[in-house]
Amino acid sequence: MTEQDFRALIIEEIGNIAPEADTSRLNDDADIREALDLDSMDVFNLVVALSKRLKMDIPDIDVPHMLTLSGGVTYLAERFKSHPA
Amino acid sequence: MGAFLMPSLGADMEAGTLVEWLKQPGDMVHRGDIIAVVETEKGAIEVEIFENGQIAELLVQPGTKVPVGTTLAMITAEGEAPAPRPVQPIAPAPKPPVAAAPAPARVAKPMIPTARPRASPAARQIAAARGIDLGSLSGTGPDGAIVRADVLAAEGPRPAKTGIDLNQMRRAIAAAMARSKREIPHYYLTHSIDMSAAQDWLAAYNSTRLPDERLMLSTLLLKATALAVQDFPEFNGFNSADGYHPSSAIHVGMAIAIRAGGLAAPAIHDTATLPLPVLMTKMRDLVGRVRRGGFRASELTDATITVSSLGDRGVESLLPIIYPPQVAILGFGTVQRRPWVVDDTIAVRPVMTVTLAADHRASDGHRGALLLRAVEAQLQKPDML
Repeated sequence: MTEQDFRALIIEEIGNIAPEADTSRLNDDADIREALDLDSMDVFNLVVALSKRLKMDIPDIDVPHMLTLSGGVTYLAERFKSHPA
Repeated sequence: MGAFLMPSLGADMEAGTLVEWLKQPGDMVHRGDIIAVVETEKGAIEVEIFENGQIAELLVQPGTKVPVGTTLAMITAEGEAPAPRPVQPIAPAPKPPVAAAPAPARVAKPMIPTARPRASPAARQIAAARGIDLGSLSGTGPDGAIVRADVLAAEGPRPAKTGIDLNQMRRAIAAAMARSKREIPHYYLTHSIDMSAAQDWLAAYNSTRLPDERLMLSTLLLKATALAVQDFPEFNGFNSADGYHPSSAIHVGMAIAIRAGGLAAPAIHDTATLPLPVLMTKMRDLVGRVRRGGFRASELTDATITVSSLGDRGVESLLPIIYPPQVAILGFGTVQRRPWVVDDTIAVRPVMTVTLAADHRASDGHRGALLLRAVEAQLQKPDML
């Protein structure tokens, strides 16, 4: 998977959790909670969904990496290399 | 023979529109089955039945608006013979608005006698309820009579069975909150709680679990509230015209924000008895359904006390407004790192404020303070939650 694939996956899953959120103008480095008005439960569900899609654990301690699009893409790409599905 | 009534889904509701029957005469029903969808100011609500039996007769057609308490259907208990239809209660006269604006002068429409189109009673009812002119339709029934299907077809696609009308929800919030501030003598108590124990326990718990098995801090807050209020019945129940009635069950209402604007606080039944993972599953289910628009009548009306939590992006404290006819609500602020005195030195601790808003007709501040202390005590031993 390329970084583009991870980016598309994150945006797709955000869309499933918050269909009304406008991800088209999401800044790479913006906190997704602020930019898209996601709450703790939304972030929880995003991590659950990404973990299921990629068939790999995302440890709770790493969840802060997922709070920006750029951070999420980098983190998932790195982790996926060492935990391939 | 039992009657299935238009439920009261909140103190401000006087009437509701039956949108859809999910069961038909002859169907067997069981306690908890969803048998109808009712449109209210809170949006489309699924209504459950509270007895076992068989649908004998549906008395109200979809599309009809009827007062609260109207018999919608007759239910034959198991093994019972069908009984005659009941007399419908007379609709209560609409209450005048509190501050009535001068009535605008109405121009009466001239009554022009017209040939009455042939139409079935159901078609007439739906057309009247939805403002469709029967004269503009052509019928597909016997002798060209207009039947229900013709009216529905003329209207176009039906609205989705569930879904949130944010304007209606805003009106429902306005009605409930205005009534609360008008009628309930609120008092407020605030306390700051060291959340180290709860946060450390939660981090350790989550560190060994897969994402969908983890818990959130709000799960602990709901459970701590439910356990604490067990010893404080004056905060868990309902106020009515003849005074306060404590509830033996503890159904904590969870305030859930809707992104586009709006708020609902449906109940999680028997919160105190639920193990944390079960409670977490129910919270996730409820948040999902509220945001999609699919909560049930009993969830809207059953909460005996409410919790509102600002989560991790909020501010220091929240002074909530009681949701009538309840008598108490707890507002949890965002956990913040603060200087905190520990054994005569200052340490940095995660600190959370909790504010109780309570109805002074049902309780006094002394007991309210003890309730907040009890919530604090629960959060200091999270492994016991």
